[in-house]
Amino acid sequence: MLVELRNLRIQFPTPTGLSEAVRSVSLTLGQEKLGIVGESGSGKSLTARSILRLLPSNAVVSAERLTFDGIDVLSANESTLRRIRGARAGLILQDPKFSLNPVMTAGNQIAEAWRIHRGGSRKLAEQAAIDLLAQVQIRDPKRVAGAYPHELSGGMGQRVMIAMMLAPDPELLIADEPTSALDATVQAEILRLIEDLVSRRGMGLILISHDLPLVSHFCDRVVVMYAGRVVEEVAASELINARHPYTRGLLECLPTLSHRKRRLQVMQRDPSWLDA
Amino acid sequence: MSGVLSRAWLLTDTPSSRTQAAWSRRYRAWLQLRTNGLAMAGLVTVAIMIVASLAAPLLAWQDPTAQDLAGRLAPPSAAHWFGTDELGRDIYSRILYGGRITLGMVVAVVLLVAPLGLAVGSIAGYLGGFADRVLMRVTDVFLAFPRLVLALAFVAALKPGITSAIIAIALTAWPPYARLARADTLTIRGSDFIAAVRLTGASSGRIILRHIVPLCLSSVIVRVTLDMSGIILTAAALGFLGMGAQPPTPEWGTMIASSRSFILEQWWVPTIPGIAIFVASLAFNLLGDGMRDVLDPRQR
Amino acid sequence: MLASSFASIPITLFGLILVTFLIGRVMPIDPVIAIAGDHAPPDVVAAIRERLGLDKPLYVQFGIYLRDLLHGDLGHSVMTSHPVTEDIARFFPATFELATTAIIIAIIIGIPLGVLAAQRQGSRFDHVVRVVSLAGQSIPVFVLGLVCLLVFYVKLGIAPGTGQIDVEYEGLVPRVTGMLVVDAMIAGDWDSFWNALAHLAQPALVLAYFSMAYITRMTRAFMIESLSGEYIITARAKGLSATRILWRHAFGNISVRLVTVLALAYAGLLEGAVITETVFSWPGLGLYLTVSLLNADMNAVLGATLVVGLIYLVLNLMADLLYRLLDPRVA
Repeated sequence: MLVELRNLRIQFPTPTGLSEAVRSVSLTLGQEKLGIVGESGSGKSLTARSILRLLPSNAVVSAERLTFDGIDVLSANESTLRRIRGARAGLILQDPKFSLNPVMTAGNQIAEAWRIHRGGSRKLAEQAAIDLLAQVQIRDPKRVAGAYPHELSGGMGQRVMIAMMLAPDPELLIADEPTSALDATVQAEILRLIEDLVSRRGMGLILISHDLPLVSHFCDRVVVMYAGRVVEEVAASELINARHPYTRGLLECLPTLSHRKRRLQVMQRDPSWLDA
Repeated sequence: MSGVLSRAWLLTDTPSSRTQAAWSRRYRAWLQLRTNGLAMAGLVTVAIMIVASLAAPLLAWQDPTAQDLAGRLAPPSAAHWFGTDELGRDIYSRILYGGRITLGMVVAVVLLVAPLGLAVGSIAGYLGGFADRVLMRVTDVFLAFPRLVLALAFVAALKPGITSAIIAIALTAWPPYARLARADTLTIRGSDFIAAVRLTGASSGRIILRHIVPLCLSSVIVRVTLDMSGIILTAAALGFLGMGAQPPTPEWGTMIASSRSFILEQWWVPTIPGIAIFVASLAFNLLGDGMRDVLDPRQR
Repeated sequence: MLASSFASIPITLFGLILVTFLIGRVMPIDPVIAIAGDHAPPDVVAAIRERLGLDKPLYVQFGIYLRDLLHGDLGHSVMTSHPVTEDIARFFPATFELATTAIIIAIIIGIPLGVLAAQRQGSRFDHVVRVVSLAGQSIPVFVLGLVCLLVFYVKLGIAPGTGQIDVEYEGLVPRVTGMLVVDAMIAGDWDSFWNALAHLAQPALVLAYFSMAYITRMTRAFMIESLSGEYIITARAKGLSATRILWRHAFGNISVRLVTVLALAYAGLLEGAVITETVFSWPGLGLYLTVSLLNADMNAVLGATLVVGLIYLVLNLMADLLYRLLDPRVA
């Protein structure tokens, strides 16, 4: 079991008291591809980031169990966490325009990730960076290595991110909406790249998205979150037989070319879902 | 139905009139400012200063110009709360009247500077093109001088005194406001509502005055408050260098200049006005910082 | 982009010269009376007016002024009877020595303080740093200078008094650069060196405090903004140490803007120097300016103002240029 979450609770202080962003979420992850789906504010990003304890400093976290490969993340000190982050688990964020350091070249950022965890000389790291860029299917890795993030397109930037996070050869990859900022044509490419690399390296993957069909296509299991809670947990192949009304609502309001509908369905939110 | 200006009326999420919306916004800004302890300390200090200055004739029971050469350089006592200066004048009274002068100078400068800066900036920003370039060149020239040095040169050419000091400081203080107003105007200029007003046939003057200037006000207000401390310091510096208020006027900087040589033994004579300048300046800085966090966080 | 900032220099420069000229000629004080005195007979007044070229129309006067300027002639100082340019050259090094020492101290203390305060935002340390910076921007330079003199020189006796060097050592060190500390080192006169250094310490530290207040505040503000960026989360996710993230990533992102701030801080020191030199009797450009003012020596005042304005302009320009050159996003 790579990751184990039991009754995770994340709260934020507001002028009117503590507000719950994630309430009592439990899930487990092995060497598989897990998709977490939900709308904005459902708490999916926070849940995933809590595995590496990368939450904002004012967040109040508590859980019955929050472990990574048996290590208790909640009570771990900074140096233990630093040995997990990067080396054993990586995080890809949504928009490379913001998630890449604007004043460091792509190559330098990847080389840094390599050197911190694997040691070695600067030259070795630079060469490794170029190799990694080739692995993420960049055609001219040397030029990209010397380029700054603002000189790269969205797709290329995400490839750089992926290369950077895979450099230390981790066991788990958390991808937080990795394609939401990209064009539709590039989205599929990037996801296929991630899937390919993850399978070849035998890694676990947590894919966070608001796009249900996308997640069901690329993942083994799907978890649906709503208002800070898990409302459905199902194998990707069984998604069409989902039972929770929210998931059904999501499925039904998708436009499809195969089944003609007179009108698109609108999601009807039932307030009882908030207490489920 | 909640009463006008009651708390419920001010905090409503659905204002029913423009006035209510405006007051609601001001009240919320006030609530946010109130959470900032340092800003509140600044506000209270500024308020005390204003009251003390206005009420100086009442609070100062001694004539600030009355000399008593026999009792000069006396330490603080019951009769003279802050002691007496080199000519035997009561320092406490002089500090109070000095506050009047300082605040008066600051207000005068602001009244000159803010409208001028707003006008130049918003006109330049709105009209663009040649007018913009010319006005910005002029602004740049004035910005090219360090404030104090230019003020000194102006005062030297005019005659040293409070009026010259006010004009000199104003002449060097207006460029940043023009820049600020211009930046705001450029942001607003392309908005749809400006286009709409233009379509109804409003003249440029009307648009600038009634639509653009009100939106530039909040950043200007923040800047004014933050600037006040700088103006106080510059006015005091001019006084200290003998270029501002002239003795026997009890301006704080001037007081320090004339009692400078007594720093060794009767240190309170030059130090107390110094503390007054410091407190005034600090109060405006704290208040300005707080107001900036509430009204215009972009400004650094 | 660079071209446009270069293009604006001549215009701003011209404006500077014009403003200085106008202050000198158009303002109400009659320079002739200043030289001749109130009771001079009319023919003497007329003669002086003609000699100074003040009987010609304004634009001709300006032309003469420009021409003289291009020849490096700023007129003569009534006070010292030397050419103003000579005076300025003589007094400038001391100001340079003072300002440069102050900015170095301010940078060494101010930047780390700002960085650490941003990292510990909201903590007691942060509050102390903020208050200290704010105090530095609220206290008048001359008050701090006087208080320091009082405390360290008079009461505690650990610092020397005013002036660049003790009276006994005056004139011992041959003038090479004009900066006493440097000249003493060059001459190998170590007694003078230590004495000069001791005298430099107080005014430099007072000035440094003001610079530091500004630098710390801007560094802290920039760092807070930088630390809230997404790339910081990425850096944390990479498993980098807090120190590395703080300096290599967060600070690395603001270093360019900070250079601009430093150039402006240095320019601001010129202003501060005017007052500090007056308090500590430091024989620099600032003291020259204020003494000239008290003597109504308009040539000296305007000449010094023009030079200071020029330096200010150059520093601002450098700040702009450095920003464009160093930031990869603007390249």
